[in-house]
Amino acid sequence: MLPVNYYLILSAVVFAIGVVGVLIRRNLIVVLMSIELMLNAVNLTFIAFSRYLGSMVGQVAVFFVMAVAAAEAVIGLAIIISVYRQRRSLDPQDMQLLKW
Amino acid sequence: MVTNQLVLADYNLLRWIPLIPLLAVVCNLFWGRALGKKFAGALACAAVGASFALALYVFWQLPSNGIFRDSIYTWIDSGSFRVNLSFQVDALTAVMLLIVTGIGFLIHIYSLGYMEHDEGMVRFFIYLNLFIFFMLTLVMGDNLLILFVGWEGVGLCSYLLIGFWYHDSNNAIAGNKAFIVNRIGDFGFILGIFLLVTELGRQGIWTLDFLELQKHASMLSPASIGVITLLLFVGATGKSAQLPLFVWLPDAMAGPTPVSALIHAATMVTAGVYMTARLHFLFVLAPSTLSLIAWIGAATAFFAATIALTQNDIKKVLAYSTVSQLGYMFIAVGVGAFSAAIFHLFTHAFFKACLFLGSGSVIHALDGQQDMRKMGGLKAHMPQTYWTYVVATLAIAGAPLTAGFFSKDLILWQAFSHGATALWGIGLITAGMTAFYMFRQLFMVFHGECRANDHAKAHLHESPAVMTLPLMILAFGSIFTGWLGAPEYLWGNRWDLWLRPVFGAAEAHEGSVGTEVIVTLLTLAVVAVGIYFAYAKYGRAGTEVEQRAGAGGLLYRLSLNKYYVDEIYDHVFVRPFTAISDFFARFIDPWVIDGTVNGVAAVTRGSSQVWRGLQTGNVQHYAAGLLVGTLALLAYYSGQS
Repeated sequence: MLPVNYYLILSAVVFAIGVVGVLIRRNLIVVLMSIELMLNAVNLTFIAFSRYLGSMVGQVAVFFVMAVAAAEAVIGLAIIISVYRQRRSLDPQDMQLLKW
Repeated sequence: MVTNQLVLADYNLLRWIPLIPLLAVVCNLFWGRALGKKFAGALACAAVGASFALALYVFWQLPSNGIFRDSIYTWIDSGSFRVNLSFQVDALTAVMLLIVTGIGFLIHIYSLGYMEHDEGMVRFFIYLNLFIFFMLTLVMGDNLLILFVGWEGVGLCSYLLIGFWYHDSNNAIAGNKAFIVNRIGDFGFILGIFLLVTELGRQGIWTLDFLELQKHASMLSPASIGVITLLLFVGATGKSAQLPLFVWLPDAMAGPTPVSALIHAATMVTAGVYMTARLHFLFVLAPSTLSLIAWIGAATAFFAATIALTQNDIKKVLAYSTVSQLGYMFIAVGVGAFSAAIFHLFTHAFFKACLFLGSGSVIHALDGQQDMRKMGGLKAHMPQTYWTYVVATLAIAGAPLTAGFFSKDLILWQAFSHGATALWGIGLITAGMTAFYMFRQLFMVFHGECRANDHAKAHLHESPAVMTLPLMILAFGSIFTGWLGAPEYLWGNRWDLWLRPVFGAAEAHEGSVGTEVIVTLLTLAVVAVGIYFAYAKYGRAGTEVEQRAGAGGLLYRLSLNKYYVDEIYDHVFVRPFTAISDFFARFIDPWVIDGTVNGVAAVTRGSSQVWRGLQTGNVQHYAAGLLVGTLALLAYYSGQS
């Protein structure tokens, strides 16, 4: 069996990719996908520890995260669609009206 | 000393005595215009009439040593300090109740005629009824706080009614003056209340209830009682127009004449006397305050009478005479003769209301003319007004067997028999001056040639019955109310017997009957001299009033110009005060106050100019912020552990 470290490192790498994606991509759909990446990186940590500690609690948490991720994707995509209809663009840099 | 066993009883009818006029106020306030002048006026009169009937009924039921009490609810309940909203009627309150509702009722009726042609008649009756409500609260409250509520309420109504014809800014200024001068007195009054509460509280008694206060008054130290009574008396000088706060009352004559009769002669201005009488148990424990009260009263009586000697405005003469008569009441209070003070208050309410309403009738007939130099010879044109005026003038001058004779004489006798000979002497001279200025007025207004212009002459008429009937009733009272308090050598003082359970029998009647008769005769002689001088100068046929008015020496001019008291106050208090206010308005307010406020705003704006750059509107920048924050927190906590 692989040591738990490997899973954690993988998870950290995936999470970091997600974070960078959220911060720098110029397309809202990709930003949303990066968020999914971060959530799944966290899921991976949960599963790894669940296995390592022999406890089912981590897996239960994963199911909650998945449910939330699904709901978030639905709402996020809906917002993206309506934003696109309004402005014909998905670049977050074009959406800066809400400031001083 | 007779122990006064007071019998306390619950009596839920009491609340309706003040409530009925208040209901009329509400009704006229909302529907008065719709109901029309006539109906609104009738409603107001009916309300006060109903209160009067109730007051009579309560008076009928009340034993002399009884107290009826009506507790409505607890107003303030804080630890052991409790104030109830409750009313009480004892012998003293019953007297005040009858004065307020009875004379108030007559004056309401009179106002129906007097204000008939006035645009604001509905408003007038609203104010008048509101005044009755507050005055009843004042006299019926069973603790100092309720009394104070009524006290301030009548002050408000007085202000509203003085400035009733507010289109003329002089009237509005007179209203302001009354209100502000009263405020000074009220400040002393409320300080006195505070001090009384805390001083008694220090002894473990937290109360403002009159009965409780009376029970525990002796626990106070003499020094604190002296200060408390002094402060309370400051309140009384404001409300009852005594030196040095009397200046508002003559100006208050700017209001409609029924108001002068009701508020500024019969009822409100006597509130100070009532208050001192109500708290007599405190005042008797402070002999120095009492003697100060007596001296202030005597000085006011004398001072105001000398001013009244030369005034030419018919209402101003009456105003100064009111101040003077209030001075008499305070002389009586000062020598400890509380029931004599209340007795003079009672008789004065009748004859002074009669005089004011009579002068109102004259002013009404002359179409607003108030200058006595432009009157004269009205006797033939208005016989009913004339005869009632004669009766009231005789009463205030103290002619034998009239009300003023008994009450003023009682005060003078009390002063004399308490050994205050100097006070008595001042009172005696003042009595002579009272006779002089009242008869001067009578002669100038009703006798001799008519000096009104032709236009006014053509319109001369006797007032309608709705105005003369109250005059007759009041004139009747001006004679017979005095008979209640006749001296012992006639048929005895019923008045004193009635009030004895309230004030106790502490009022010593020293001195023999013989001395009393001699003192009375002396007063009568002085009064007769006063009347003779008035006749010699103003009553004889062919005397020219106009000539006298301009002439005169230094004393005459001093009196005519009211000793320049208003001017002195203006220079000493008003101008420095406005100068300070001006300074604050010009410099402190725009530079210091506004500067601080604007400075804070400018600093905020300047700093936000820099920091608002952080809010770019770009979501990804915020996300980066989140990341940095998270990393910082992580670093911090991992560094700690």
